[in-house]
Amino acid sequence: MNLLDLLSPAGWPILVPFLAAIVLALVPSWRWGAWINTGAATLCFLAACQLPWLVGPAGKFLFVDRLAAHFSLLTAFVAMTTGWFSLTYVRAEIAARRINRHRLRLYHAMFQTFVGAMMLALLSNNLGVTWLAVETATIAAVLVVGLPRTAEAVAASWKFFIVCGVGIALALFGTFVLYLAALPALGPGLAPMSWSELLPAAARCNGTVLNLAFVFFLVGYGTKAGLAPLHAWMPDAHAEGPTPVSAVLAGSILNVALFVILRLRSLMATNEAAGGGAIAPGPAIMTLGLLSLLLAAFSLWRRRDVKRFFAFSTIEQSGVAAFAFGLGGPAATFAGLLHMTLHTLTKAGIFQCIGRAAQLKGGQKFTDISGLLVSHRLLGLTLAAGIITLAALPPFGLFASEFLIVIETLRRAPLLALPFGIGIVVGAWALIWRLQTLCLGTPTQDRGPAPSALMLAPVWLHLGIILFLGLARPAPIVAWMVAIARSLG
Amino acid sequence: MPLRIAFGALPYDMAHLLGGAMLVLSFALLYQRRVTAVINIYALQGIVLAVAAAWQGFIQDAPHLYLTALLAFVGKAVVIPVALHRIIRRLEIHREIETALGIFPSMILGVALVVLSILVVLPTTLQAQAQTLTREDLAIALSVVLLGLLMMITRRNALTQVIGFMSLENGLVLAAIGIAGMPLVVELSAAFLVMVAFIVCGVFFFHIRERFDSLDLHHLDQVGETHR
Repeated sequence: MNLLDLLSPAGWPILVPFLAAIVLALVPSWRWGAWINTGAATLCFLAACQLPWLVGPAGKFLFVDRLAAHFSLLTAFVAMTTGWFSLTYVRAEIAARRINRHRLRLYHAMFQTFVGAMMLALLSNNLGVTWLAVETATIAAVLVVGLPRTAEAVAASWKFFIVCGVGIALALFGTFVLYLAALPALGPGLAPMSWSELLPAAARCNGTVLNLAFVFFLVGYGTKAGLAPLHAWMPDAHAEGPTPVSAVLAGSILNVALFVILRLRSLMATNEAAGGGAIAPGPAIMTLGLLSLLLAAFSLWRRRDVKRFFAFSTIEQSGVAAFAFGLGGPAATFAGLLHMTLHTLTKAGIFQCIGRAAQLKGGQKFTDISGLLVSHRLLGLTLAAGIITLAALPPFGLFASEFLIVIETLRRAPLLALPFGIGIVVGAWALIWRLQTLCLGTPTQDRGPAPSALMLAPVWLHLGIILFLGLARPAPIVAWMVAIARSLG
Repeated sequence: MPLRIAFGALPYDMAHLLGGAMLVLSFALLYQRRVTAVINIYALQGIVLAVAAAWQGFIQDAPHLYLTALLAFVGKAVVIPVALHRIIRRLEIHREIETALGIFPSMILGVALVVLSILVVLPTTLQAQAQTLTREDLAIALSVVLLGLLMMITRRNALTQVIGFMSLENGLVLAAIGIAGMPLVVELSAAFLVMVAFIVCGVFFFHIRERFDSLDLHHLDQVGETHR
């Protein structure tokens, strides 16, 4: 293992946040901390921008392939806009005395630790390191979710810690079993834990042991992805913590989890195709995805808390992506990737709007927030556009990805199209219903500062990108994603 | 492999004995009704784990496992139990453990989980070029992991849930040391997790105490039910 890899350009997006975290832990002033945080997040994105050109042979420590570069870039982008958002969000929280200013040092340090750990998990070549990074991110998030120190926040972070702790423990067991499965093919040492060595040698791994590893990976990382049986931590964590970390960034960690599941899927599929004895991974992933989709779509109707509502919507969309990945084939994988990418951008934008709205109205229940379009036209319009995007209505990009998934379902597994269709329609319907109560109706009383146009700019950037991807579909980006989907099979 | 590792040979029997002892201690964790006893048994399990790691280091001729053994001993057998005892004394937590599921049904469930893990691990690893010892170690380790999980589910106190979690971690380390040639990174990370988990929880206990004057998670449940 060569840690010096981190100093190469591919390691910068990992190094910047971790160094910033150390600096932030030492800077006592929260005003300075907020600016350093924003600057570091921006720097991290700039460093990540070069990743698509660094795709190449794997180093011992880092492995930049197209899939990793894509997700790193996406994560870094969301981290950057969230950093901008956090700057003004924190100021309003301090003014409203919801967060103690002494705790902001911890908040900013954990923000950067979280970002750095996600980048490390995506770019690392070693399964053990990926696992360690996911664990670090979890602990950072647990600490931040509990920050407001209200009874609800402590309860939420406790639940977060216990459920995700079990999940990552199972994932670690899966990592050991995977090592055992790859041992006959690659021999002892670091090789059976490296993605770059594992993937070409997939056919020679022991298939039945691989099955065992797959089960643990799916349940373990599925927990982090918010997939059905172990999704319970997500709504609480999203609802109670400070919005920038708990909601916006926690939305990115499910990408990391799905990324690991995707890698393992291609490992399993290669082994299965070569007659190595592994089961086809598709049906299991598809089942979990469909279960999450249906469960979340119907749960949406009963939510009274806005952040909780959108957390369930995240579970739903994670289910849609997992369903697409389980379906298999380049077209469905492409659709799944597109869906994940666009959903991450959309959800980050929506949570930024909701964070502003909650500060404006001094509460995050549906009864607190109403009539935004009438009283605060700009915020209302932005939020409405975000929700319409999320409901996968044209002209935004999510329509294209969900349409593709439905077409592929009809082609490959027609019977599943019915439950899948019911899921997305019920989910979208709930979203539109809530769009009406949030944005229309009689305005509720304001209890906080109204967001300026500048504060909403990051959301417009997100929505603009989604609109652009939905309408223009620029050839280089499509070619890039098709190449990823092809390599995954 | 210079040593013959099979039933009847000392390396095999000893490793099995230690793995079996860990499993028995996991069951002991399940039927204890007093918090202090649970902590003591957890410490005992940490000692057995340390010995098992050292033994594996000896028979595999892998010196880095001695480090794992040392970490397990210092962390799990000494530091964590001592700190937990101190927390209990300082917070004056009531000493009885509340269970969500009776002792007898949870023992039955525990036995079922052990059977399950043996039935899952042994047949699937049959064709792997792994030694019998590795396979059986893995089955025992999975049993310890599942029993830890069971303890987390069936206990109401935050403290016992955390001990369940840490006992689950012991199972993970047992799995790691049983696999010959496993890189050091992983053992360190497993040991690391326990430490960090402990710190995180330590922070937690004080906050829960601040809020509710109790480590009983009932309060948290009520918060959850009335809210939303």
